[in-house]
Amino acid sequence: MNRAAIAAGPETVVRALTHHRRDVRGSLFTVALFACLLVGMAILATLLYTVISGSLPAWRDRSLTTFVTSQMSADPHVAGIWQAFYGSLTLMVFTALIAFPLGISAAVYLEEYAPDTRLTRLINANIRNLAGVPSIVYGLLGLAVFVKLLGGITGPEVEGRSVIAGGLTLGLLTLPIVIITTAESLRAVPNALREAAYGVGSTQWQVIRHHILPVGAPGIFTGTILSLGRAFGEAAPLLLVGGITTFFSVGDASFLEALRGRFSAMPVLVFSWSRLPQEEFRALTAALIVVMLVVLLLVNGTAIYLRNRFEKGA
Amino acid sequence: MEGPVSVARSLGGRAHHNEKPPGVPVFELDDLSVEYGSFRAVDGIDLSIAANEITAFIGPSGCGKTTVLRCLNRMNDLIPSARVLGAVRYHGVDLYGPRIDPVEVRRRMGMVFQKPNPFPKSIYENVAFGPRVTGHQGDLDDLVEHSLRRAALWDEVKDKLRDSAYALSGGQQQRLCIARAIATNPDVVLMDEPCSALDPIATLRIEELMIDLKKEYTIIIVTHNMQQAARVSDRTAFFTVDVKETGDRTGRLVEFDDTGVIFTKPSQKATEDYITGRFG
Repeated sequence: MNRAAIAAGPETVVRALTHHRRDVRGSLFTVALFACLLVGMAILATLLYTVISGSLPAWRDRSLTTFVTSQMSADPHVAGIWQAFYGSLTLMVFTALIAFPLGISAAVYLEEYAPDTRLTRLINANIRNLAGVPSIVYGLLGLAVFVKLLGGITGPEVEGRSVIAGGLTLGLLTLPIVIITTAESLRAVPNALREAAYGVGSTQWQVIRHHILPVGAPGIFTGTILSLGRAFGEAAPLLLVGGITTFFSVGDASFLEALRGRFSAMPVLVFSWSRLPQEEFRALTAALIVVMLVVLLLVNGTAIYLRNRFEKGA
Repeated sequence: MEGPVSVARSLGGRAHHNEKPPGVPVFELDDLSVEYGSFRAVDGIDLSIAANEITAFIGPSGCGKTTVLRCLNRMNDLIPSARVLGAVRYHGVDLYGPRIDPVEVRRRMGMVFQKPNPFPKSIYENVAFGPRVTGHQGDLDDLVEHSLRRAALWDEVKDKLRDSAYALSGGQQQRLCIARAIATNPDVVLMDEPCSALDPIATLRIEELMIDLKKEYTIIIVTHNMQQAARVSDRTAFFTVDVKETGDRTGRLVEFDDTGVIFTKPSQKATEDYITGRFG
């Protein structure tokens, strides 16, 4: 805008400053991004619609509670998912007990203590690779080690096909993800904070305990709980280490005894039911998937809740 | 009189406070060089820093003044590739000698950083954390109040000690960091460009505070601001940077003298060029 235009009065200034160029590429990009979002949402919506509408016949003659609390059965009219539901929950607890302490500790060591050597970098690269290994491979490992080799310990009365074997397998499966997400959260802790803590004379342990872990906690919790969600949905490794889908008695064994007993899990049951010939099991499978989605939603909700809580507390 | 032996013992064990053998400088740097990997960041620094004075490190960017400062409390230990050559003697004891515990070294030196970096905790906890980890005996509330008063922050925060430190303004946060640095009752306060992120009014407050604090502490400040060095410091060290053909930039000490001398009749041409603004 030249001086003459400014001198001509406010209207010419307004005209000069009003936008009269179309940012075509920018608009196209925005449209493309929005389209991608729509595709993703559409797929999700279709999935949800199919599953929920497919499950409707199952809810006609049973409530959610009866479905969850009834025993598994080959008779579609009375079949429930109790063993699988209970099995999935115990497996989750067991997996968390294995993977969280081990994974978080390993990550703290790798990020905070381990010297930056070729070996450390090799280990780090390998953990990343392990996170990408197909879950069926962990299933084979679990079958060879926890079921066959250590069967006498993990479940002597069920040929090793026990909750412990399943939990350990899922624990191994989630371990690399827990390590990676924890390491990422620790790396995100600003260096200024470390320096401040060292500056007042903290030992390394005090810096980690009082500053790095609390600040990293929201990220660690979110990451680990989401990884648990992945383990929750895994069918393949559990099929190998002996998840069963026919009736068995959870009975009144104590929790510790039950750990060495046989188990089922919801994804395994989905796999099994979806292959049964009776038409009624279609609806039951869909209903089971709905239950799984609800549980997953609860798990992820917990993760978000914990993250917000820790972020506020920090 | 407590000699170097007792200082050495306390650096390896529990800390006592503020032994100042008369006549011995607080710090003596003897041919100090620092390398990051194969790159030499500062080369051959000789410097002697007296007690209860403010010593300013000035010089252009990359001249190694911060690197030297961070050698004084072994903060460079946190950078894995850093290697320190030569000696840094603290009351006659080599801080990089065998059996010296860097944590004990840092407990005797408070540090204030370039950007205010309070802990993401309450104002109270920020000040109380240091004394807690160093095993302070006695009333923590009193110590927190005393430290905040010394940092000229008490009146502004006394009613909100449990509020997050992040709710304070930049200048208040930096004074909180000073309170945190002196709460462990150190001997020395190291300041790395403490006012570079502050406005002129907050800067002035910190400078007044420094002059007040030097009665009790030996203060070393790195600053980009030459007026600041001239205003607050007793002695000034001017660093510069030599650029080699390889592109490596190595810092060295040009001149170290009373601040008045450095700013009025420096003996080196490089110093004069820098302070008169002809360079840097």
